[in-house]
Amino acid sequence: MAWFKRQIPSLKTQEKKELPDGLWIKCEKCGEIIYKKELDKNLYVCMKCDFHFRIRAQQYINILIDEDTFEEFNQNIQSEDSLKFKSTRRYSDQIKDAMKKTGTNSAIRTGFGNLNGQRLVMCVMDFAFIGGSMGSVVGEKIARATRHAIEQKLPLIIISASGGARMQEGALSLMQMAKTSAYLAKLSEAGLPFISICTFPTTGGVSASYAMLGDIIIAEPGALIGFAGERVIKQTIGQDLPEGFQRSEFLLEHGFLDAIVSRLEMKEKLSKMLEFF
Amino acid sequence: METFVLDFERPIVELERKIQEMKDLSINGDMELSDEISRLKEKARKLRVDIYSKLTRWERVQLAKHPQRPHTLDYIKRIITDFIELHGDRAFGDDPAIVAGIGKLDGQPITIIGHQKGRTTKEKLYRNFGMPHPEGYRKAMRIMRLAAKFHRPVICLLDTPGAYPGLGAEERGQAEAIARNLLEMSILPVPIITIVIGEGASGGALGIGVGDRILAMENTWYSVISPEGCAAILWKDSAKAEQAAEAMRVSSRDLLEMGIADRIIEEPPGGAHRNHDEAANLLKQSIVSELAILNEKSPDTLVAERIEKYGKIGVWIE
Ligand SMILES: [Zn+2]
Repeated sequence: MAWFKRQIPSLKTQEKKELPDGLWIKCEKCGEIIYKKELDKNLYVCMKCDFHFRIRAQQYINILIDEDTFEEFNQNIQSEDSLKFKSTRRYSDQIKDAMKKTGTNSAIRTGFGNLNGQRLVMCVMDFAFIGGSMGSVVGEKIARATRHAIEQKLPLIIISASGGARMQEGALSLMQMAKTSAYLAKLSEAGLPFISICTFPTTGGVSASYAMLGDIIIAEPGALIGFAGERVIKQTIGQDLPEGFQRSEFLLEHGFLDAIVSRLEMKEKLSKMLEFF
Repeated sequence: METFVLDFERPIVELERKIQEMKDLSINGDMELSDEISRLKEKARKLRVDIYSKLTRWERVQLAKHPQRPHTLDYIKRIITDFIELHGDRAFGDDPAIVAGIGKLDGQPITIIGHQKGRTTKEKLYRNFGMPHPEGYRKAMRIMRLAAKFHRPVICLLDTPGAYPGLGAEERGQAEAIARNLLEMSILPVPIITIVIGEGASGGALGIGVGDRILAMENTWYSVISPEGCAAILWKDSAKAEQAAEAMRVSSRDLLEMGIADRIIEEPPGGAHRNHDEAANLLKQSIVSELAILNEKSPDTLVAERIEKYGKIGVWIE
């Protein structure tokens, strides 16, 4: 665990958008009032109950990738509202707002980086960008990241944080499930490892494609992982869902995860796993 | 067959009834009546063209789930000879919401897989309304591996309102089952032809839907979520399904325009439910002609072109 005591890169620049302002934060799970600086040091994991606060893509990059080694690619790809989609608001406005609010162009960031010296390709989804929903851009960025991994014979890690496919792109987003899976098949045929990390939430079309296709599938504790949404299941079966349903621990019990790993230990575990491949 | 008539079909159906009544009357060859009959027939034809050329996406969705629409087994019965159904995923159970088996199409041994809805209440329940559990997807994949082993092409018929959203389905890994199929189907070394024959709801449809050719029957829908589901989430009102169908562009023609479908299969006048035999015949012709092209390709070419095909799908700004 020495790696994070040594030098924690500050996560403060990003936190404002996801976490309420102020010096103190109340834990959503146990209600503990935590000093924000302490929480930052503890990678946004509650010291009392182990609750994993939601963090941004940049924070995962800071936590997992060695300092100054992240080389981002394809950060300029943006969503296009090709269907001219309008519900209660225009999709084109929604994209603009999301870009402004998050300071990024899409719901995923991709790049090369070193993890304890091991060079790899890293993709991190950003829930803050339209719920991390997967449309053409997420699909294309994962496809390209996978291609880079194959060309340079590198391991691939994808951190998922997504409510599923993006409805505003209709069948085009649905097809991204097939597109990403096809590229992962190529990666697998090339004999390269793919580690999938599921965070809260990993649901819908993302869970039913790359998130469940890792050679190793890991989840943070308590993450919501599943295909169907709670509301739909409740409506279908006409009863409340059992406690812990579709959470990491439930998936581990049913055989769909290799391990549940705390954010505090994630880098070390990944590093050891990568040595195996 | 008990008839179920959609609102927009009513004027045509009524006109047809009138024609039938006159035909019954004119059995003894009344000239005046037969003139009137041909006049009405022409009127019905024009009316049909007029109505069907102006159908909204939501009306197409209604046709796609028309209770009398042919389902997978209706097509299999008409286009496949020596069909033998194969059951079970060899792990948990057999899912009646997906039918899989082997048979011959125009003399060529093939594997055919499809979602299966029911028609009577009892059948609907037995087939779980065409909503598969993980074991359905795993059965499909098992049969596809069998097809690969013996170099037989795979034909997949899509017709589902969605993968089943229930406790057992989640416990047994609905997401994993679908994901696994997407990956394996994208590199299956035999031709795969996918045809949307009714409803193509989301991952539940795509789970048996990756292919070298994606065809869509004329009156079908295929999208990332059902119009009702989309309306419930984005409009917070499932009654806005009509708007959601328009917004998501769910029709077969939209699919063609998005570069997802390779071609649309025409349906008999009034829709596939009006004439199962003719619909099956049109479906068969399309599959046979696509298969003739795919049969000539090597496994490596098939897989490379398939991955390239999916690689191109999507729209973005750069
Ligand atoms: Zn806590």
